[in-house]
Amino acid sequence: MERALGRWIRIYIPILVLLVITLFPFYWMAVTTFKSPSELFDFNQTPLFVRQPTLEHWRELFLHTNFPRWTLNTTIVAIVSTAISLFCSILAGYSLARLRYRGANATGWAIFITYLVPPTLLFLPLTFVIRSLHLFNNLLSLILTYPTFLIPFCTWLLIGYFRSIPRELEESAMVDGATRLQAMTRIVIPLALPGILSAGMFAFTLSWNEFLYALIFLNDSTAKTIPVGVTQEFIHGDDFFWGQLMAGALMGSVPVALLYSFFVDYFVSGLTAGAVKG
Amino acid sequence: MATLTGRAERERHARHLHSRLLAGERRMGYLLLTPTLLVLGVFLLYPFLFGLWLSVTNAELTDIGHFIGLGNFKFEFTVDRPFLQALSNTFLYTVVTTVFKLGLGMGMALLLNQAFPLQRFVRAAVLLPWIIPTVLSTLAWKWMFDPTFSVVNWAAVHLHLVAYPGPNWFGSTNWALAALMVVNTWRGFPFYGVSILAGLQTIPHDLYEAARVDGAGRWHQFTHITLPMLRPVLLVVLLLSTILTFADFQVPFVLTNGAPYNSTHVLATWAYQWGVPGGAIGLGAAISLVLFPLLAVLVAATLLILRRPE
Repeated sequence: MERALGRWIRIYIPILVLLVITLFPFYWMAVTTFKSPSELFDFNQTPLFVRQPTLEHWRELFLHTNFPRWTLNTTIVAIVSTAISLFCSILAGYSLARLRYRGANATGWAIFITYLVPPTLLFLPLTFVIRSLHLFNNLLSLILTYPTFLIPFCTWLLIGYFRSIPRELEESAMVDGATRLQAMTRIVIPLALPGILSAGMFAFTLSWNEFLYALIFLNDSTAKTIPVGVTQEFIHGDDFFWGQLMAGALMGSVPVALLYSFFVDYFVSGLTAGAVKG
Repeated sequence: MATLTGRAERERHARHLHSRLLAGERRMGYLLLTPTLLVLGVFLLYPFLFGLWLSVTNAELTDIGHFIGLGNFKFEFTVDRPFLQALSNTFLYTVVTTVFKLGLGMGMALLLNQAFPLQRFVRAAVLLPWIIPTVLSTLAWKWMFDPTFSVVNWAAVHLHLVAYPGPNWFGSTNWALAALMVVNTWRGFPFYGVSILAGLQTIPHDLYEAARVDGAGRWHQFTHITLPMLRPVLLVVLLLSTILTFADFQVPFVLTNGAPYNSTHVLATWAYQWGVPGGAIGLGAAISLVLFPLLAVLVAATLLILRRPE
């Protein structure tokens, strides 16, 4: 009995508190989307619950805003920039992990350093680059710039995975007459699939969530991505359309949350690969 | 004799084969790197160098401008008052949130490292703040902090923590800064927690058993086994998170965007303010470069730590 009480105090209650802290904002988003404007701005009622649920914000979001278009844009950008980044980083990762040549080590570290350069340092000069390429309001502006922060991360993650695959497997294939390229595509890449999957998921999530470049490079309402559209278009002057804002925020979060919940182990292993293995 | 030449022949042949193999590897190595170096060169290295140049010019979006020496930096440090505030905000924001994220992350890791039901679900759920698009969850917080109609003040008043009507979060500099820190901490601590948890799981159990045999208490075990064993993980996580927080744009931009009266800007949002709506790209580039010296130190430290085990 006393033991059980101890477990509640030491474990269960702190875990409940932790869950409330991390999950409450999502509950708050959800509950807001079902409140009518009169309920939203009624300070006599308990704000935690809905009295008369309404779907008007959801209807508005899907039928009378550009949200569906933003979802399409965000999806295209995330998929294409993830594909480009994976292609580049599989090649670069293999090259840096497996092949012996001068400068390989230094290049590896240089790529790692670029991973630590925040977009904050680059966005202003990049506006010139994007302008001279005539890519404003074009999704290509994001598809081409997102790989700059995706490739370093994915490459670094994949180097670790490639190194964990025994060299002998490749060497024996090459003794049997396979070329280097065949050894790479038939043996190393299939074995590194879990790593490639987790790199891809990180890349997809990071591009889905990106804000600064999308804010600056896209101004047309129909060209925007979800994070930019929701934060910029549902606020008119001092009027915040909280119902719509929260519906958009929730819908924008669902895809990455789903992706993440299906592959949580890949996420965590990818996340901790850098920190723990060093 | 015959065997000798045979052996020399074979050796020469092997050496030749080896060097041909190496030459092949070299060619392939560079070839495989090409796409990556191309992308990073055009959209990362070039903009970075170009940014260095912009910071010493009076460039605007439609006008490349001309060299004005350190004029931008002089203007920032002597005339532009919100800049100085942004500079001090950036440091305060980074230091305070890092302390909280580390503390909460450590608590979370120690908590989740125990056995309890629904472990997988809980471990997945607590990482959500870090996975979800930051600007979208920041919007939710902005609404939660609404002083009149929303839940933070409602809860604080009903729990008798503050007198009705509660703080006007975005009406005063200090409350607004506090709100920024709360949101950044909320978003960031799960990353600490999960990384530290992974670190905890690599510590061998027998260390603790040996310590228990020697009569070491929980606290003693924590300071003499857990912390030293976590050192590499902690350092890497701290450095990565400090770099990201120091350059943070999203939370300050969406939550306050400087309100009230340009008093809660950080370097990133102030650089944006001058560079994009203000059109003074040269000045904006100079402001964001103020981040650079400290970032360079942090990056160098990260590299040293990661390199040492080899």
